[in-house]
Amino acid sequence: MPTEAAVLDALSGVRDPELDEPITDLKFVADLRVAEGTVDVRLRLPTPFCAPNFAYLMVADAREAVLSVPGVRRARVALDDHHASSEINAGMVNERGFEGTFPGETEGESLDELRTIFRRKAFISRQEKLCRTLLAAGYSAAELAETRLGEVPASEAFEKYLSRREELGLDVSAEAPLVVDPDGNPIPEEAVVEHLRFAKLTRLSIEGNAGFCRGLLATRYGIEDPEEATP
Amino acid sequence: MYEKDGEKYFVVDGHVHYWDGSPENQANIHGKQFIDCFYGYHSALSPEEYLWPEDKFQKYSEEDMMHDLFEIGYVDVGIFQPTYLKDFYVNGFNTTEQNAVLKEKYPDKFVLPGSFDPRSGEQGLEYLEELVDRYNIKGVKLYTAEWNGQSKGWSLRDEWAKRHLEKCQELGVKNIHVHKGPTITPLNMDAFDVKDVDEVASEFPDLNFIVEHVGLPRLEDFCWIAVQEANVYGGLAVAMPFIYSRPRYFAKIIGELLYWLDEDRLLFASDYAIWQPKWLVEMFVDFQIPEDMQGEYGTLTPDMKRKILGLNAAHLYDLEVPSEVPQPAAVAAGEEEYPEAPY
Repeated sequence: MPTEAAVLDALSGVRDPELDEPITDLKFVADLRVAEGTVDVRLRLPTPFCAPNFAYLMVADAREAVLSVPGVRRARVALDDHHASSEINAGMVNERGFEGTFPGETEGESLDELRTIFRRKAFISRQEKLCRTLLAAGYSAAELAETRLGEVPASEAFEKYLSRREELGLDVSAEAPLVVDPDGNPIPEEAVVEHLRFAKLTRLSIEGNAGFCRGLLATRYGIEDPEEATP
Repeated sequence: MYEKDGEKYFVVDGHVHYWDGSPENQANIHGKQFIDCFYGYHSALSPEEYLWPEDKFQKYSEEDMMHDLFEIGYVDVGIFQPTYLKDFYVNGFNTTEQNAVLKEKYPDKFVLPGSFDPRSGEQGLEYLEELVDRYNIKGVKLYTAEWNGQSKGWSLRDEWAKRHLEKCQELGVKNIHVHKGPTITPLNMDAFDVKDVDEVASEFPDLNFIVEHVGLPRLEDFCWIAVQEANVYGGLAVAMPFIYSRPRYFAKIIGELLYWLDEDRLLFASDYAIWQPKWLVEMFVDFQIPEDMQGEYGTLTPDMKRKILGLNAAHLYDLEVPSEVPQPAAVAAGEEEYPEAPY
């Protein structure tokens, strides 16, 4: 029989695509019950008006993550207190997919494309965060432009950067250049400073939004709001 | 008017509301959830002494508003933004017509923008003309995420949106306040995406586009657009209250905005009654970029604060600024000195 810990561990692999953080850290998992091979998960969000597209992605990803745990035969993931809760929850049960859950309310780019847009943002943000630590450790912008992945000292920031990079299908081999754009093109030495300047804006946006959402969730559900964490 | 340490500040609150979110006016569950969501913002980011009970927040009085803005809040002029939301509220959340009642009573205290919904087609164009005739509006507040029957939102790129903007240009309605917010159809799209502003800002160079909430949470997309389009402005509603709860984050937002735009294109706003101008004005005038970030962002001068707090909005709406308030020249495009790059 799967343990609660194993299920939680699987859920920690699910991120809010917009905030680039695990739903477990964000306290979006409101309740988790494991009985035999059946797992019930309830998710919650900071406001009833959080975007239904991202909400749907998290619910669907959570379901998939739970089902990947050995011994789980059935996973029921439901979203609480959201303006589209009933549609999303019914869509999950009937495996309708996003377009089938909201017929006539989607068009143009698919949810996968939206996810890609935010993966690119997450990638850029993580790159800047890593480069910031390297610059603080004495690297110059010119040195960054020449650095290969194999030369970067191990760190948590580096690991996260590599995972976001891999998600985009970019080269993560030791010989690949460290500073690249979201399409994998290396950034030339003279453009590194400006590239990172804009990348920082992306990081601030994501981190600021995450902080705002944490505060809203804490107020909404009367839970503790962690202090401002970023330097 | 606010005065501190011998410096005088003319205060234009770029975003004030007089809404009715009470249960009696809620048309459906969405009306309840919408005001609950606002109350969440209010509760999460206000200092404790400014917290209101929920029923007052849902519906406050004219006296509350006049007191909070003009008696204790230092506001000289408030830009009275409408938010119709007629699908959520029986009489609307706050319409131009409702706001006009107070504007007529206190003509010098408010600027009254109108609004349009391009999905109304020809009727929308006529409504716009009527608003200009009746109230001589110089601006509109647009809410692209507004529901309307089956539609859950619209884009500035839509053909009818452009026809309305043409009409604005023709009628001298030059200030286009654009609010980006949650829920929009198509539901798969990014609800906060500000890219449609880029296209119309290029196409309508004589109009000013004020992106409310500086595009948060898509600050990078907003800055990218504003760098390229000189007629794009940033409204600071929702960004301002971080000054209290997350001052370092606020410093970064302001620092970035000043780096990518300049001090002439940012507009102070409280988003009353979500937050109150009194504490925002006091804290902003006292605010400085923390020392360890000054190498990256520089410092805020009284002149910069004066522009952001009121002079920039006064310029957009041709408001008369008392002569006792210094009026520094605009930063000439291309001549500003950026703070040194961080690396």
